[in-house]
Amino acid sequence: MKSKASIVEVTLESRVKNVEVAEEISRGVSETAGFGPEAAFQIEMAVHETVINAIYHGNQQDPRKNVSLKFLIFEDGLEIHVRDEGMGFDPGSLPDPVAKENLLNVSGRGIFLVRKFMDEFKVETSAGSGTEVIMVKHRNPKIESNQGGANRELEGNSASG
Amino acid sequence: MSLKATVRQVDSVTVVDVSGRITLGEDCKQLREVIRGQLAKNHKNLLLNLADVTYIDSSGIGELVSAYTAISNQGGQLKLLNLTKKVHDLLQITKLYTVFDIHNDEATAISSFAAAS
Repeated sequence: MKSKASIVEVTLESRVKNVEVAEEISRGVSETAGFGPEAAFQIEMAVHETVINAIYHGNQQDPRKNVSLKFLIFEDGLEIHVRDEGMGFDPGSLPDPVAKENLLNVSGRGIFLVRKFMDEFKVETSAGSGTEVIMVKHRNPKIESNQGGANRELEGNSASG
Repeated sequence: MSLKATVRQVDSVTVVDVSGRITLGEDCKQLREVIRGQLAKNHKNLLLNLADVTYIDSSGIGELVSAYTAISNQGGQLKLLNLTKKVHDLLQITKLYTVFDIHNDEATAISSFAAAS
């Protein structure tokens, strides 16, 4: 992504009502970054799902633990960081929710949808410092095709659980 | 806007008009209670009208699956009516479009219950 970024940062307590706060911020940022309604919805849903994971699975709804949300608006896209204070998870260990045997599972679709809606997705976990989800949405479709299309995993030290 | 569900009876089919959000927490809980309440009354043919659903998340999708399984296990049928584009797209991405019987017209949906029973 291009080097110069505008940054929007917010820290939220681990309360379910703050999911809607995160969504609202996401809508504003997407509009500022120049995304259309469909991409803005996808970004909002990705933020919704990752913030819920951070509150429920990461921080176990402990209001003393926070969720940090950072949006970096680049000329050609948006990078979003969602960090919790939990124990981390391994996205590779999640069952495939569209496999025939899993279709009727009640849960397990959140990260799958985030991967579908965002162009890049990475999870970083280290002991004692929580988990950070980093996801990217490109604004220019030409850039997406040059980089191998949507749903590409970010390079780097992807996490284990 | 949080979830609102109103129930009406059309012939042998219980139609649940759902509006607002179906998301983790109170929304999902409320939908679950409405559906379980109908099952407790032995109303096993349910048509969920999702025309006014503004937002559904992965937990909301899971709640639809849970309702489908609960109703099927009791020998009933759950069908969906009037999906918005967003809900339609989400059910396609998650391949649940092949699981649910989905209709765009209420009269056709109602008559499909009779045809199946």
